[in-house]
Amino acid sequence: MKPVAFWGALAAVLAAGLALTNVAANEYYYNALYLILQGMLMAVAWNVLGGFTGYVNFGSAGFFAMGAYTTVALDKALGLPLPLLILAGGAVGGLVGLGLGYLTLRLKGVYFAIATLAMSIVIETLVVNWSYVGGAKGSYMLTPEKHLWFDSYIQMLFVVMLLLTLSAVAVSRALSSSRLGRGLAAIRDDEVAAECAGVPTLRLKLVSTTVMGAMMGIAGAPFPYFVTYVEPGSAFSLFIAVNAIAMPMIGGTAHWLGPVIGALLVGTTQEIVKVTVSSEMNVLIVGVMLVVFITLAPQGIVGVARKYLRRRAA
Amino acid sequence: MFSADLLANAVVSGILLGGFYAAVTIGLAIVFGQLDIVNIAHPAFIIVGAYVAYILNSHFGLDPVLVGIVAAPVFFFAGALIYRVYFFAFERTGQESLSGLAFFFGLMFIIEVVLILIYGVDYRLVQADYIGQTWRVGFVDFPLRMLVPFAVSLALTVAIHAYMSRTFIGRAIQAVAQDRVALQLMGADPVRIKQWAFGLGIATAAIAGSLLIVIGPVEPSVGRQYIGRVFAIVVLGGMGSIQGMFIAALILGVVESMVSTFAGPSWSPAVAFGVLALTLALRPAGLFGRQ
Amino acid sequence: MSDELLRVGKLGKRFGGFVALDNVSLTVRAGERLGLIGPNGSGKTTLINCITGALFNDQGTIHFDGRDVTLLPPFQRARAGMARTFQIPRPFRSMTVLENLQVPLEYAARGPSGRRAVDEALEVLEVIGLRERAQEDSARLTQIDMRKLELARAMAAKPRLLISDEAMAGLSSNEVDDVLGILRRLNDTGITIIMIEHIMHAVMRFSERVICLDAGQIICEGTPQSIVQDAGVQRAYLGA
Repeated sequence: MKPVAFWGALAAVLAAGLALTNVAANEYYYNALYLILQGMLMAVAWNVLGGFTGYVNFGSAGFFAMGAYTTVALDKALGLPLPLLILAGGAVGGLVGLGLGYLTLRLKGVYFAIATLAMSIVIETLVVNWSYVGGAKGSYMLTPEKHLWFDSYIQMLFVVMLLLTLSAVAVSRALSSSRLGRGLAAIRDDEVAAECAGVPTLRLKLVSTTVMGAMMGIAGAPFPYFVTYVEPGSAFSLFIAVNAIAMPMIGGTAHWLGPVIGALLVGTTQEIVKVTVSSEMNVLIVGVMLVVFITLAPQGIVGVARKYLRRRAA
Repeated sequence: MFSADLLANAVVSGILLGGFYAAVTIGLAIVFGQLDIVNIAHPAFIIVGAYVAYILNSHFGLDPVLVGIVAAPVFFFAGALIYRVYFFAFERTGQESLSGLAFFFGLMFIIEVVLILIYGVDYRLVQADYIGQTWRVGFVDFPLRMLVPFAVSLALTVAIHAYMSRTFIGRAIQAVAQDRVALQLMGADPVRIKQWAFGLGIATAAIAGSLLIVIGPVEPSVGRQYIGRVFAIVVLGGMGSIQGMFIAALILGVVESMVSTFAGPSWSPAVAFGVLALTLALRPAGLFGRQ
Repeated sequence: MSDELLRVGKLGKRFGGFVALDNVSLTVRAGERLGLIGPNGSGKTTLINCITGALFNDQGTIHFDGRDVTLLPPFQRARAGMARTFQIPRPFRSMTVLENLQVPLEYAARGPSGRRAVDEALEVLEVIGLRERAQEDSARLTQIDMRKLELARAMAAKPRLLISDEAMAGLSSNEVDDVLGILRRLNDTGITIIMIEHIMHAVMRFSERVICLDAGQIICEGTPQSIVQDAGVQRAYLGA
């Protein structure tokens, strides 16, 4: 996608989002859009390590929750404003990503994936035992009074998440066509051959886990204000982890656009099902979609589109 | 500080637990240890087995272990079917690693959510005469709800080991892991062999599930605690070795039991991951693995 | 000894009980054309893997360009100037032919990014004869073109030492001549070449010196003519 088209589209989406806040007042829409955007941000983040580098992370919820709980702790301790909390969430997520990478990246694919799950469980155990942030009982977050010029707090949160997500998409796109992105793709395609071609595989993998961790931490940082009641069960939920995998895999992991498309499709479906059927069924849907899509279209929607375009051109 | 009977009981209970862990792991030892299929959903199938035992036990009063054995052939067919899908989608095209892993992860998630939708998150348990009884030898306790699963697991392990080394299909399964082409030249179809092996793996889940619910109450998310354990055992035992797997299971059981007794039960989930990490760092081939 | 580029000292490597390399020592002069022969399973590829770092040797040392590289990870050896092709081609399948070359250019050769890298990659493709295929998916190449891509990737790394591991297996005699010509021209620019081959006439025409490996040990070393007549070599190949 040419730069002009991309940045134009990004600006258009942002403008549309802002326009929406002037037009619609029904809080439900902003709730739903916030969740779809959150899913997209997580999907884009997951894809940096999963799609670009080829290492599967099952523990996405751990990073997300780290961002959320950093907000809970810092809000309680220092009462920081949202932008700083987001930065803090990103920093903590990035550090955890770096640590996880350092400990586990020498492991082969499968063992790495299990290790990410282990890490998520370990972090959850630590948080459950940390009474300062509410432990297993959870923590209430008061919705702040200030919401700038928007009509309500949720509108502001929506715009914040829109900005964060669009930035992440831009970063992901820049990464994929950069020297760093080619190095990561080489690691994904053939790690040994990449190493022999001069790619410092361990170092790049660490960059990848750190970027992913930071983005996920950022995704989690506003979450406490969104739900107002944070407890480990929902913050660390497997649902978040499955979404983070399903969206990129359904959309297509090889391309930066994949997680975006996947998140739009899966996220919207979930919101519709939540309203029309039930919220438990909504949880099941993502698992089914994941299995069905990767069985029938392992390259994802982007992969299918590419094949179709190639056949048209031939 | 250590009293002799506390220590003895911790060790015995660890051995009994470890034996049970072998039943939990043996399906994965076949599928992952021999065939390199990463069925991370294996513990979820075990939970399904536990629920099957629960249903038939609470409605018809059937002995849970018996239910497990009877359910095994049904699970076998389910496993063969799932392998067919897995093969069609992934192995045939060489996509195994990333997509195959996600496939089983999705499957695991679906199973857990469906169980929650149908049965909720309450704990379920089974009734049987021997649950609640304890044999005492000196100052050591042998609770029957642990001893029976230990005995069944041992029998299961011996049976599978004999099957793998004495029957044509068993040896074919080992062969397909080592040299697929040679197997084809011998006239056996590798795909059907793997299908058989995968079905066998899932069949053991039926039995392991029934043992699980004998040992203690079960709810849908219990399976997740076992993911770390089964992979730790397969790796510690060494890929491809059933005896190694059993010994590794015993070791894990004892270590977990000691940690739980002397440091507190909240630490047991971490033991498995610790063992896995140590093994991968110090001796990745495991105790008895082939290179 | 000042023009010695590679020095392998008493290299040993086992896989479990199997001894793949046993006390292997050799030196390669800068600019030399060295042939490495030996029956299947003699340890040639294992030796290459240890030299380039894809495997870590159990005993012995490796010195490259005056430095001790024995403990260095493969990517640093690649940056120091070692390049190799793989016996079975291992292209980066998700990338085009051109992108495959950008990786070693940008990393091993520490070259420029962007437009300059693309131009340099196209030049290498021109030399090897793959220029028209630059935008094709590397996964869809024919076997022969994949072999050429392997070689092109090694060239793109701007190496001082290029190790070609059976790059000519299965090629027609015209294609063999092509590849030999490319390797010869590379050598003319000063690149040291180690060639592992089974195609005897290619090795003999190309090499200044030949080393023969059997069962993990060096059994003979010398000019192509003397190697061919060596009894030990004949025994290794013909099993007499």
